[in-house]
Amino acid sequence: MNATPSDVKNPDATDLWQVGDVVLKSRFLLGTAGYPSPQVLAESIAVSQTQIVTVGLKRTLAAQGDNGFIAIIQNALKQGQARLLPNTAGCRSAREAIQLAHMARELYDTPWLKLEVVGDEHTLQPDPFELVNAAEQLVRDGFTVFPYCTDDLVTCRRLLDVGCPLLMPWGAPIGSGQGLLNPFALRTLRERLPDTTLIIDAGIGAPSHAAQAMEMGFDAVLLNSAVSQAKTPVAMAHAFGAAIAAGRMAYLAGVMPAQDFAVASTPVGGAPLLL
Amino acid sequence: MSEPALENQTTVEIPISLDGQPHAVAMGTTLSALLASLDKLPQAVATSVNGVFVPRMQRGSFVLQKGDAVLLFQPIVGG
Repeated sequence: MNATPSDVKNPDATDLWQVGDVVLKSRFLLGTAGYPSPQVLAESIAVSQTQIVTVGLKRTLAAQGDNGFIAIIQNALKQGQARLLPNTAGCRSAREAIQLAHMARELYDTPWLKLEVVGDEHTLQPDPFELVNAAEQLVRDGFTVFPYCTDDLVTCRRLLDVGCPLLMPWGAPIGSGQGLLNPFALRTLRERLPDTTLIIDAGIGAPSHAAQAMEMGFDAVLLNSAVSQAKTPVAMAHAFGAAIAAGRMAYLAGVMPAQDFAVASTPVGGAPLLL
Repeated sequence: MSEPALENQTTVEIPISLDGQPHAVAMGTTLSALLASLDKLPQAVATSVNGVFVPRMQRGSFVLQKGDAVLLFQPIVGG
């Protein structure tokens, strides 16, 4: 990635990314769950300047109403602020995820899908086998599949092989707020899949985690709890927006390599100043 | 002579499961009719029967059978 000085000065103007034919500026994908009120959610969406918000679907008896949250999201959609990315949260098998995906497409009228197939209840770690099977079928069915996956390189390659246009590896388990637990694996993914759109999804707790992901060259960050569970979610949405922009700008500018020895920054020469 | 006439007028109900709860519908009830009886707008929910998605366009011709498990899904917030 070679950035020109003008790109770095004003990355928003030229630093775009794409999902299919959809061109996006914001690299901040925001979840909509767990906010203290619909108004706080609406303000967080606005402040974040996100262009993609995630939503879900649930059995009607269990959903117990949404207290106006969905109306807020749909309003943001109408105002052109954001596109919807429905998820298949709660699915444990490819079969279940495929059925839910079709329902999501009908309800939300979008082929975009955040594919989640959980394989472990404690960590909510994605099941790679069910995930790939579901992705293969859903791509065949015309979905644009955003797979929530681990940082395992081979699984990621299989997901690309079956037609996923991008990948969403975890930073840490969902809602844990631990940040990037395995920078080596994430760095490896970035290096081995240089042309793939990679979005860090899950585990982000602090804006510095998001900035770190962007500095490493990831294309975007998806998070939810870090904003919705903050003391002041709207302010935190703003903080994340700034961190993601800063991290991206740093990546474009080129972060200096770390080294194990000191290099004097002030060019005073090798001799002592005073004897 | 009166018994068969009475039988013809009686609505025969069949048991189904609706969102995991026992429910009864008249024999021959379609999925669309079930939603209407629940005051659900067609576009407000997605439907599955026995774990299989039933598209909105097919609900009108989908006749519920005894023991069918109907699930209704609605939009919620999500991460």
